[in-house]
This record gives sequence, structure tokens and C-alpha cells, in this order.
Amino acid sequence: MNIIVCVKRVPDSEIRVAIADDGKTLDSQGIKYVLNPYDEFAVEEALKLRETAGEGDVTVMTLGSDDAKETLRTTLAMGADQAVLLKGEPSVDGLGTAEKLAEAIRDRECDLVLFGKQAIDDDNLQVPAMVAELLGLPCATVVVELEVSDGKLEAKREIEGAHELVRFELPGVVAAQKGLNEPRYASLKGIMQAKKKPLEEVDVGTVESRLEVLELKKPEERSGGVIVGEGPDAVPTLLQKLREEAKVL
Amino acid sequence: MSVLVIAEQRNGALREAALEAMTAGRELADALDGECTAVLLGGPGIEDEAEALGRHGADNVLVASDDALAGYAPESYTEVLGRLIEERGPKAVVFAASALGKDLAPRVAARIGAGLASDVTELGSQDGGLYAVRPVYAGKALLRVGFKDSPALASIRPRAYSAQENPRDGQVEKVDVELDPERKRSEVRVEEGEKKGRPDVAEAEAIVSGGRGMQGPENWNLLEDLAEALGPKTGLGASRAVVDAGWRPHSEQVGQTGKVVSPPLYIAIGISGAIQHLAGMRTARCIVAINKDPEAPIFKVADYGIVGDAFEIVPRLSEEIKKLRSEG
Ligand SMILES: Cc1cc2nc3c(=O)[nH]c(=O)nc-3n(C[C@H](O)[C@H](O)[C@H](O)COP(=O)(O)OP(=O)(O)OC[C@H]3O[C@@H](n4cnc5c(N)ncnc54)[C@H](O)[C@@H]3O)c2cc1C
Ligand SMILES: Nc1ncnc2c1ncn2[C@@H]1O[C@H](COP(=O)(O)O)[C@@H](O)[C@H]1O
Repeated sequence: MNIIVCVKRVPDSEIRVAIADDGKTLDSQGIKYVLNPYDEFAVEEALKLRETAGEGDVTVMTLGSDDAKETLRTTLAMGADQAVLLKGEPSVDGLGTAEKLAEAIRDRECDLVLFGKQAIDDDNLQVPAMVAELLGLPCATVVVELEVSDGKLEAKREIEGAHELVRFELPGVVAAQKGLNEPRYASLKGIMQAKKKPLEEVDVGTVESRLEVLELKKPEERSGGVIVGEGPDAVPTLLQKLREEAKVL
Repeated sequence: MSVLVIAEQRNGALREAALEAMTAGRELADALDGECTAVLLGGPGIEDEAEALGRHGADNVLVASDDALAGYAPESYTEVLGRLIEERGPKAVVFAASALGKDLAPRVAARIGAGLASDVTELGSQDGGLYAVRPVYAGKALLRVGFKDSPALASIRPRAYSAQENPRDGQVEKVDVELDPERKRSEVRVEEGEKKGRPDVAEAEAIVSGGRGMQGPENWNLLEDLAEALGPKTGLGASRAVVDAGWRPHSEQVGQTGKVVSPPLYIAIGISGAIQHLAGMRTARCIVAINKDPEAPIFKVADYGIVGDAFEIVPRLSEEIKKLRSEG
């Protein structure tokens, strides 16, 4: 079973956002970058599937700058076999990135392409379904349970108030949601081995963006902070404010 | 046609998110001085839902009905919409950023090679171009993007627009459904969860959300009572601490690694207000906090707070709301 996992390097979720002087990008000073948390589930699932199958290869792939090598090494340390860096700047919307990934995936033999459901920087939730469409592959997004056997796949995905069961034959695309598995940590041995695993670099040229950034800004701070009172006796005052000031009741 | 709205249905009934998308689409069409057309994909009989779309601002309603479109069929939906968009050439296509919309919109964008802005809270036109505003970094920043080409695709975050009636003709036009069997690559079946009777947090009009301060799953009846008092469109939410402890399902988690919600009313009970929780609910219109610790960070974002024991305050709150409701 050959699996490709697409991963992204993103700012850590605990960052406090500061806007750069251009008014369009994140001020990256002092920011810690990590493997996109949802992509950890994708890597874990790939490793588990390879282990169950007892054969095959897990390739991790990213479109990004040289700095993204560190992210690839993290996944190699978790247990992936090899990595591919597509050197380029991810697009503002998902499509430009998806086009480059699809092109690179098309050239390789694989049974399954795994993604995280969403990158926690742009929160686009676009790339997996786009890659699937571009490659003409079936796809399940926001997947919380996955079963693969005999070249067939069944995925359970979250929808509002229910689940959807998606079935298809491999090859196909799956995007992982939290809950799919518990990602493993890299062992010390894994970290040592990762240094020797192959990391291929590919120049992919310009990545097209169909959207352009006009402005990045912080949302208005909520003023907040009105304590209407203490204990249950404050309830009538609260309700009066909810009705008359906030008009939400 | 200037704006095309994809009107989502489940089990043959329009979803609230469809009417919200309709409202966003109507506003955009007005700004462009153009027409707003809705598309309904569904099984036979789905045209009955066209009336509600007309009432919410659709000049025309394109109806594609076929057994193969009754439930969500990703490849077929993509095929029908891709073809319609190419034929009709709208300037903008509006989806709901629901579970279905988030799966479908990227496929359609890839199919026709168009730019997509996801989970949009504001869609408009300025200086002859279209723009969208969308939260990024889990809501810690807002990104304003411009579309370089037409059509501009956008999915609208649930509750970012509230459905407005704005009656138009809603002229029904049936469109032919021709599906290439080669394209169908997956089978999708809905597995209904146990009927909770409460809307999903992402779509709820009000959310009663509980944290570790509730001390155990057995105390959730207090929150259910409050939700009951507030009405059927009220959902139940939870902090991650509660979900990690197994007290509540992950589908209720609000925050960075849960759902991002923007309801008119969010009531946080026994939730401290960690940054990752705030990321998921800070765009609620009105936030109420109940916490026994006056220093809890949740009070810094709450519009109204009560300091005290949730076990005393919540029952009183439910009772008073019920009283209010019965007085009308
Ligand atoms: C990468 C990452 C992602 C995360 N994602 C999320 C996320 O998506 N959502 C999320 O919620 N968290 C998330 N967290 C966790 C977050 O940091 C907090 O740990 C969590 O939100 C705390 O939950 P809590 O407020 O219920 O519990 P606590 O912080 O323990 O707060 C409990 C509160 O209840 C109050 N209290 C206690 N008893 C009573 C009483 N009788 N009456 C009234 N008040 C009472 C206390 O004063 C306290 O303020 C994430 C953390 C990380 C590191
Ligand atoms: N630049 C990238 N390189 C590789 N994979 C990516 C990239 N951007 C996004 N992805 C993948 O697509 C998923 C969804 O990303 P997004 O559509 O940006 O929210 C991520 O979890 C990754 O698996």
C-alpha cells in the first residue's frame, strides 16, 4: 500500500497574532511553526495503514519554502519513509496549491492520498477536495473513522447532527478530522533515522493565486467586562439587559 | 445572471444555511444591480422548495431534480453545477459553508478553475471588483481578499448572515440532468445520529455551553433545561476540557480544535475562557458568562457576566426565561 500524505507548516495554534507592516501578512517574528495539527492525524493514519498492510511506502509532500523541510523531517521522524518538498509559495486560495500537489501526485504511484481536513493558518478547507477533483479521484473530507480492505475504503465523515458514510474503491483521497486516531510522538530513534531518509526537492515554478490579499487585520476587541451582579439574584438584571440592550431574547 | 446561490437541502427540505446564503447572494446581486438565481439540486418533488427561495430573494430558481441527486452525491453535484456555471456565466457563486458546502465548493472551484473564498462573513463589491472577508488563524485575524477573475466563488459561514425575507418572483426553470456514469466514483449514505433534537452548534441561534465548572456529565440536565427554555434553535456547546474528559461528544466542542461559532447569543457556563476557546466563539453577537471566579478571562470578552455558582444561577435563569416566555 503506497500512501502520499500532504502536510503543511503552520504557525503554532497558541500564537498571538500580530500583523506585519504591509497590513497584509502575519508578523512572523518570534513565531513558532509546527506541523499542521490535522496533518498529524493524516500521517498517523498512513503509518497505521502501512503497518496493517505489512508493506508499502509512506511519502510526505509539502508545497512550501525551505523552512518546511523541518516539518517534513518531523513526519519522517514519526515514521514516514520519504519526503518531497515542492518549492513554492502556497496560494491565497486552495486551488493554486492543489494544482501543484496534484501534478506531483499524478507522477507517482499511490493507492491513497491523505490530508488534514484544514490548515490552521488559512483555514481554507479546500485543498483535499480540489486535489481529488483535479486527479479525478473519489474523496471523503472531515473523516473521523476509516476502514480500508481489499482495495475498498469506507470513511465516516462528520456532518451537522449526523454522519455520512462514504464508500469508494482505491485509489482515492481522504482528509482527516480530529478523532480519527491518536498521533504518535517521534521516538529518539525515529529522529536519528529521519536524518538519513530521502528528502527530494522539486522546483514547481509560480503558484497561481485566484485571490489576492487586500488586508489582514485583527478583529475588533470585544469591550466586554460588564459584571451585572453576583449569584442568582443577578438573573433578573441580566435578562432585562439581554432583552432591552442586546435584544437577543 | 449575476449571482448564483447553491440552495442546500437535506431529505428534501431546505436548510437554514440555504436561506442565509440566499440572503448574502441577494445583497450582492443588489450591489451589482443584477439578478439573483438559486439552484436547487434534489430528488423528484424538490421544486416545492422553490417558493421559500423566491420569498428570500431569488428572481429565478433553477431546479435539477433526479433520483441521483436526492442525497448528497459529490461527483454528480459537482458535474451539474460545473456545467450550469459554465453555461450561465454568473459573476459570483454563493455556497453555504456547511458540511456539504465545505465539501462541494472546492470540488466545483477545481472543476471550473475558479477562486474560492471559504467561510466568508462578508461578501461585497467595491471598485468594480468582488471581495470577501473571512476569519483566519482560528478567528484571531480577518482576511480581506479580492477575486481576480469571474466567477467568484464563496461559501458563507453559518449565522454570519441572518435569513431575510425579500420576496421576488422565484420563477422556476427546470434544467436537464445529464450525468456521466463514469464520473460517479463514490457512494454516500447518511447515517442519522440519535435524534438529539438540538441543532448543531455551528448552526444554532443560541448556544448554552458548559465547561469543567459543571463538574460532571450528570449535571448537563441543568444546561439542557436552559436550552429548552431558550427554544428549539438553541444548541449545546462544550469546552475541550469537557470533551477530553468524555463528558460530551466532540461534535459539541467549541474552539480552535472544535467548531467556530457566531450565534446571536452564547452563554458560557463554568468555562474559564482560554484563548483556544475564545477563538471559537468570540464572534458571537452577545456573550454571557457565568463563573464563580471573578478573575476568569471569559469575563474580559463577555458582554454580561454573573459571578457565582452555576448550580444556583442556571436553574434560576431557566426558570425566569420560562416565565418571560409564558408572558409572551
Ligand atoms: C492546541 C490546543 C487546542 C485547544 N483547543 C481548544 C478548543 O477547541 N476548545 C476549548 O474549549 N479549549 C481548547 N483548548 C484547551 C484550553 O486551553 C483550555 O484548557 C480549556 O478551554 C479549558 O476548559 P474549561 O474552561 O472548561 O476548564 P477550566 O479552565 O478548568 O475552567 C473551569 C472554570 O469553571 C469555573 N467554575 C468551577 N466551578 C464552578 C461553579 N460551580 N460555577 C461556576 N463556575 C465554576 C472555574 O472558575 C473555571 O473558570 C486547546 C488547547 C490547546 C493547547
Ligand atoms: N502548502 C501545502 N502543502 C501540502 N499540503 C497542503 C498545503 N496546504 C494545504 N495542504 C493540505 O491540505 C489540507 C487542507 O488545507 P487547507 O485547504 O489549506 O485548509 C491540509 O491539512 C494539508 O493536508
